[in-house]
Amino acid sequence: MELNSLWFTLIAVLFIGFFFLEGFDYGVGILMPFLGRNDRERRVIINTIGPFWDGNEVWLITAGGAMFAAFPHWYATMFSGFYLALVLMLLALIVRGVAFEFRSKDRHPRWRRLWDWLLCGGSFIPALLWGVALANVVRGVPIDAEMTYVGTFFDLINPLSLVAGVAALVAFMLHGAIFLSLKTDGEVRARAEQAASRLWPVVAIVIALLVILGYTQTDIFRQLGINPGVSALGSGAALLAVGWLLRDKNYSWAFAAMGLHLALTIITVFRGLYPRVLVSSLDPAYSLTITNASSSEYTLQIMTIVALIFVPIVVLYQAWSYWVFRKRISAESKLEY
Amino acid sequence: MDILTLSRLQFAVTTVYHFFFVPLTIGLGLLVALMETAYVRSGNEEYKRMTKFWGKLFVINFAMGVVTGIVQEFQFGMNWSEYSRFMGDIFGAPLAIEALLAFFLESTFLGVWIFGWDRLSKGLHALTIWLVAIGTALSAFWILVANSFMQEPVGYAIRNGRAEMTDFGALLGNPHVWVQYPHVLASGVTTAAFFVLGISAWHLLRKKEGWEMFHRSFNWAAVYGVIGTVLVVLVGHSQAQHMVRVQPMKMAAAEALWNSEDPASLSLFSIGRLDENSQWQDVFSIRVPGLLSFLAYNQFSGEVQGLNGLQAEYELIYGAGNYMPPVAINYWSFRAMVGAGLLMLVLAFYALYLVFRDQSANKRWFHRILPFAILLPYLANTTGWFLTELGRQPWIVFGEMRVEQGVSRNVPASTVLFSLVAFTLLYGVLMAADVYLLRKFARNPEEVNLIDADAPAALDRAFSGD
Repeated sequence: MELNSLWFTLIAVLFIGFFFLEGFDYGVGILMPFLGRNDRERRVIINTIGPFWDGNEVWLITAGGAMFAAFPHWYATMFSGFYLALVLMLLALIVRGVAFEFRSKDRHPRWRRLWDWLLCGGSFIPALLWGVALANVVRGVPIDAEMTYVGTFFDLINPLSLVAGVAALVAFMLHGAIFLSLKTDGEVRARAEQAASRLWPVVAIVIALLVILGYTQTDIFRQLGINPGVSALGSGAALLAVGWLLRDKNYSWAFAAMGLHLALTIITVFRGLYPRVLVSSLDPAYSLTITNASSSEYTLQIMTIVALIFVPIVVLYQAWSYWVFRKRISAESKLEY
Repeated sequence: MDILTLSRLQFAVTTVYHFFFVPLTIGLGLLVALMETAYVRSGNEEYKRMTKFWGKLFVINFAMGVVTGIVQEFQFGMNWSEYSRFMGDIFGAPLAIEALLAFFLESTFLGVWIFGWDRLSKGLHALTIWLVAIGTALSAFWILVANSFMQEPVGYAIRNGRAEMTDFGALLGNPHVWVQYPHVLASGVTTAAFFVLGISAWHLLRKKEGWEMFHRSFNWAAVYGVIGTVLVVLVGHSQAQHMVRVQPMKMAAAEALWNSEDPASLSLFSIGRLDENSQWQDVFSIRVPGLLSFLAYNQFSGEVQGLNGLQAEYELIYGAGNYMPPVAINYWSFRAMVGAGLLMLVLAFYALYLVFRDQSANKRWFHRILPFAILLPYLANTTGWFLTELGRQPWIVFGEMRVEQGVSRNVPASTVLFSLVAFTLLYGVLMAADVYLLRKFARNPEEVNLIDADAPAALDRAFSGD
C-alpha cells in the first residue's frame, strides 16, 4: 500500500480508537447525573472511567495531530472551516476534563452538583458535534478551488448532520450504559442495565434513519456499490447482536459487539470517503484527497516509521491499564475522584 | 479589531495561560517521582506522605495543563490555517509525534498512578510516576522541536509552493532545540522548587501537627532549586550567545540596542523617547560598559549589532518592510526574566545554606517571604516566552514567513472575537477554581483524607432533587 493510503488508514484507526474508547466515556459522563442518585453513586460512576478518560482523549488529539502531519491541507481546511463547532467542542472538553479532577475535591453540595452537570454537558456536546462533523466531511461542505472553506457555521447544520449527531450521541450513551453494566455493582448496575435495554431501540431507529439519509444525501453508498460491503453489513449485524445480547444479559459480549459496531461504522465512513478526505459540495474537483492534501513522501516515511513502532506500544500499555482496573466498582470501593 | 490582531491575541492568551501549568508539571512530576523512589527504597512512611501530598497538587495542576493543551493542538488549523498549509509538512510531524509518544504515556500512566496505590506493587507504582515524568519531558522536547523550527528553520526546502522537510535529523539536531530545551526543563525544576519551598515555608511558620514532612520537603526543594536555578542561568547564557548569532534582531530588541556597539554595554535600566527625526534617544539609562559583549562572546569586546543596522540589512535581503520586533516589551520582558531568575538563584542558595547550617526549619523571616516567591518562576517563565515569541516578530517562521501570511483567511473576525472572549472568560473562572483548590489542599494536608471519607448524609440528600 502506498503511504498516502496507509496514512488514511492510520487516521481511520485513530478515529476507531477514539469512538470506541472515548465513546463509552462520553456516554458514562452523559448518563452520570441520571444513573447516580446520590453523591456516592455518582462518584462510583465517575470512578469507572477515572483512570482512563484522559488516555482515551489522547486518541482524539493524536488523530488531530496525525491529520496535521500527514494531510496538512485536510487539517487546515477542516479546522478553519469548522471553526465555531470546534470552539464549542474545545470549551466543552476543557470543562469536562477539569470536572473530573475538581468535582470531588470540595465537599460543598452545590460545588459537586455544578461540576456533575458540567461533566454531563461537557460529554454531551462533543458526542453530538463529532457526529455532525463526520457527516459533513462525507456529505460535502463548500470548499473552493483554493481548498478554502467558504461556507458558514450554518452550512454544517442539515438533516443528515443533525441525525448523525443524534446517532453518535445515543450510540455513545448506549456504549456507556453497557460499560457501566460491566463495571459497577448494586443499584447503579441495575439502572445501567435498564438504561442499556431502553437505549438500544432508540439507537437502532436513529441508525436506520441515518442509513436512509446517507443514501439520499451522500454518495458514500454509491461509492461502495449496491452491496455496501462487509463493513456496512457487519456494522448493522453487530448492532442487532447488541440488542440480542442485551436481552440475554450478556454484557461482556454486548460491549464487544457495540465496539465492533462503532469500529465498522467508522470503517464504512472512511471507505465511502476514500480516496477523498474532505468532500467539496461546490465541485467534486475541489474535494481534498489523500494526494492533493498530503505531506511530502519524505515526511510520510518518517511518520510511518514512528507510527508503526509506537501505535502498537500504546495499544499494549493502554490495554494493560484496563486490565489493572478490571474489577467492578461498588459503593464500598475506595474512590479517588 | 482585525482578524490578525484577534488571532494573535487569542494565541497569546491561550498559550501564556497553558504555560502557567506546564513548567510545574515538568518539575513537580520529577520531584514526586524522586520522593516515591525514596519511599520505595527506604520504606519510610514520611516519604509516602510527601509523595501523596505533593502528588495531589501535581494532579490538580496537571489537569489544567491537559485541558488547555488541547486548544493548542487545534488552533494552528483553526486560526493559522495558511501557516499550517505552508509549514505543515514540517511542523505537523513533531506535534503528532508529541501526541503519540508523550501524551499517551503521561495521561495513561497518570491514571494508573492516581488509582493504582492499592493495586500495584510499590516498585511498579513508582515506575508509573516515572513514566509520567518522562512523558512530560518528552512532550516538552517535541513541542520545542516545533517551536525551534519557527525560530531557526533547518532541514527543509521550499518547493511545491510550500516548505517541505528534507532532513528530520536536522530538525532534531537543531542547535536552537538544544539550548531551549534544557532551559525549559531547568525552569520547570526551578518552578517546582519554589512551589514546594513556598508552601513548605508556610507550614514551617505554623508547625501544626505533621509539620516534619514540610521540613524534609523544604530541604529537598532547596537542593532542587539550586540545581534548577544554576542550570537555568548557565543555559540561559549560552542561549543568549546563540541568539546573538542566529536572531540578532531579537537580542537587539531585548537590549534596546539601536546602534551597533563594540564593545557593547549592557543596559540595566533605560527610559527613552523619539526625537524629531524619529530616532531613539536615551533620556535616562544605566549601562555597564562591555558587559553585553561579554554576554555575547565571553570577552569584553566584540560588536553586537543594533536594531537600525539590522533593519537596513533585512531590507536588502527580504525587501521593504518593518523587521523590528516591539522593543519596549522585549526589553522589559528580558529584564523581568533575568531579574526574577537571579533573585531565585540567591534565594535558592540561601535556602541551601540554611539546610547545611541545620536552620531550615527555623528561619521565620525567610519562611515569611518564600510563599510570595512562588510568583517569581511564573514571572520569569511568562516573560521568557514573551521574549522568545515577540522577539521573533514580524516572522512566524524566521526569514521564511511573516505572521500576517499565516492567519486563516476564511474565519470571520467576529467569530474569532467570540472565541477569544469565550476562552478568556472560561480560563479566568477556571483559574479561580484552580487556585481555590490548590490553596485549600496546600494549607491542609489532611484534606486529602477528608475528601476520601464518606460523604455526610446531608450531602447525599442534596442530590436527590436532580
